[in-house]
Amino acid sequence: MLAFDPFYFAQQLLNGLTIGSTYALIAIGYTMVYGIIGMINFAHGEIYMIGMYSAFVAITGMAAFGIEFLPVIFVGALLFAMLISSTVGWAVERVAYRPLRGGNRLIPLISAIGMSIFLQNYVRLFQGSSDVAIPHLLSGGYTFGAADGFQTTLSYMQILIFVTTIVSMGALTLFIAKSRMGRACRAVAEDLKMANLLGIDTNRVISFTFVIGAALAAVAGVLLGMYYGVTNPYIGFIAGLKAFTAAVLGGIGSLPGAMLGGIILGITEAMTSAYFATEYKDVVAFGLLVLILLFRPTGILGKPEVEKI
Amino acid sequence: MPATLPFAAFTALVTFLVSFPIMGLKLVKEGTQLTLQSGTPGAWTFIGLAVLTVFLFQLFRPQIAGATAGLRSRLPAMPSVMPEDEAQKARIERVILWVLIGVALIFPFASSRGAVDLATLVLIYVMLGLGLNIVVGLAGLLDLGYVAFYAVGAYSYALLNEYFGLSFWAALPIGGLLAATFGFILGFPVLRLRGDYLAIVTLGFGEIIRILLNNWTSVTGGPNGIGGIPKPTLPAIQTDPELAVVGLEFGRRAKEAGNVPFHEYFGIAYNSSYKVMFLYIIALLLVLATVYVINRLMRMPVGRAWEALREDEIACRSLGLNRTAIKLSAFTIGASFAGFAGCFFAARQGFISPESFTFIESAIILAIVVLGGMGSQLGVILAAVLMTILPEVAREFAEYRMLMFGLVMVVMMIWRPEGLIPMKRPKLELAQ
Repeated sequence: MLAFDPFYFAQQLLNGLTIGSTYALIAIGYTMVYGIIGMINFAHGEIYMIGMYSAFVAITGMAAFGIEFLPVIFVGALLFAMLISSTVGWAVERVAYRPLRGGNRLIPLISAIGMSIFLQNYVRLFQGSSDVAIPHLLSGGYTFGAADGFQTTLSYMQILIFVTTIVSMGALTLFIAKSRMGRACRAVAEDLKMANLLGIDTNRVISFTFVIGAALAAVAGVLLGMYYGVTNPYIGFIAGLKAFTAAVLGGIGSLPGAMLGGIILGITEAMTSAYFATEYKDVVAFGLLVLILLFRPTGILGKPEVEKI
Repeated sequence: MPATLPFAAFTALVTFLVSFPIMGLKLVKEGTQLTLQSGTPGAWTFIGLAVLTVFLFQLFRPQIAGATAGLRSRLPAMPSVMPEDEAQKARIERVILWVLIGVALIFPFASSRGAVDLATLVLIYVMLGLGLNIVVGLAGLLDLGYVAFYAVGAYSYALLNEYFGLSFWAALPIGGLLAATFGFILGFPVLRLRGDYLAIVTLGFGEIIRILLNNWTSVTGGPNGIGGIPKPTLPAIQTDPELAVVGLEFGRRAKEAGNVPFHEYFGIAYNSSYKVMFLYIIALLLVLATVYVINRLMRMPVGRAWEALREDEIACRSLGLNRTAIKLSAFTIGASFAGFAGCFFAARQGFISPESFTFIESAIILAIVVLGGMGSQLGVILAAVLMTILPEVAREFAEYRMLMFGLVMVVMMIWRPEGLIPMKRPKLELAQ
């Protein structure tokens, strides 16, 4: 074991924060849906994957038209991916979940697993199962540390990820707190039946949460797509599982919880990879999920759930 | 303008948006460059048709709903296949079960080697389906990591054989016991959680087991797996103490000292299909034992408690049932059947690797239980047969297999969440 190197540690912390903030973006989708209708949207990881594919389509499409100005490419890819993903999110809710509402809790979950398998194979069938790669659009960064020792790099791409995540999260928090629709969301999460009685169109609110969750997953898809530059149809499964872990870790149903959970999970993974073994980072992530559920089933910021009879 | 027009136009747009970036366009690698190409004309035609169908369906939805409702009311009520009387139903089910057993017994002698081999695979899935049926169907606990116990069974035979030279018959109970132990250890802390959390934790557990098997290269061989696992032998009856035959092997020559090839022992000509037939018979015996044990368990207090807990947890607790103990028993017993199935799987394949124990395998077993009808044994058997034979028959559609599979799961949940053959329980109702 090498001596402790603060620059190496700082690099891992940065990498962890980067991955963690994208986990947080995906986790929002789980946490909002769970908060409102109490179901785990198992297909959410696939929606993130479709967002990443859409971003790749948009980026290569714009390259074909000779658009090279980075902000245009980034915003274009972001808008396109959000449009496609949120449409898929809406359609999935409409087709596979709405007809099942109000029954046994396991039934929508099984339907969601089916939907997840369907979407994954839908993409695989038409786009092939091999990796597709785009060139790095944004390279370079700031470097710290002595020239002869380990140098910490904060890349421009990482800065873009942090800024985009903070802006999206801020916008969402503001929207939920201030807007009419946001107030309706909170009311439905509080008590669906009562909200319905008071004249809130709960179906609309539920559709809306699926759309918002999917759009944020697409943002994560664009960011990680540009960060890694590689995708394939199978990335959604494990990413979804991680994001769900993040949501549970922070306290499912709570927005700040999802952010906190994502960041804790990202940092834990980065540290495991750096100081222990990369192969076991998923084991540590799931181990963390089991431990959290055992000792604090409501998560870090969650409220205890009261069993209603 | 019909009132449904705006919504119909909207759904048509949604269909277009969902399909065109994935189906209509294709990311193609050209050298190091990624280019965007248009999809096949067939794909575009399909998109057009899908958009049109959705548009028309939504536009004329009230009329379509009215027409089908009218049709339904005019049709005579569907005659029920099963008679109403409960006792008679039970008798018919029993007859079907015996007929199935009879067919299964005659089957290997009346069909080709390939068919018998496929039937053995069906039987493995029947066993896995029946085991998971205890957990999901009877106790109502959604276990998405069932394949982990299957892997434990398979690896325990492979490893015990490699390191300690244990035979299949010695490893079988150990494999089942080990899988049950894993189920117990996992279940003990986790079963206090609510249903959907349990699903995710078991899913995570399944992944952990797979990752461990993949990376613990010094013991499990990592992604290369373990090969050369011996097939089961037939324990010989000791007639001559001088000979001291340990077991009968089904190969042309015995591989292990003390064993004698089957055909030499009985003095008949060598036939390669004996091996396949013998494996089939072991699988059949294991399945029969599973069916019998589960049937008995369902009628025992613990079986009744599983179902009661599934129906209403709060009522059960108020009646003084220990919910952790009941759930734990279902989880452990279910896991042990996966362990047996895993042991047999390792023996049949002769080679195992973590590739065989991915999440998709868990999903297939779950689909068998769901399709068959949660809790219903006959349904699970039927579904296992369908799920294993259909992909073999429709080989040219192998590409679409998983796609259809996902779709079937969704459609089943919407259309018939109780499965093909729903479980029926004897019940009494007071006459008004």
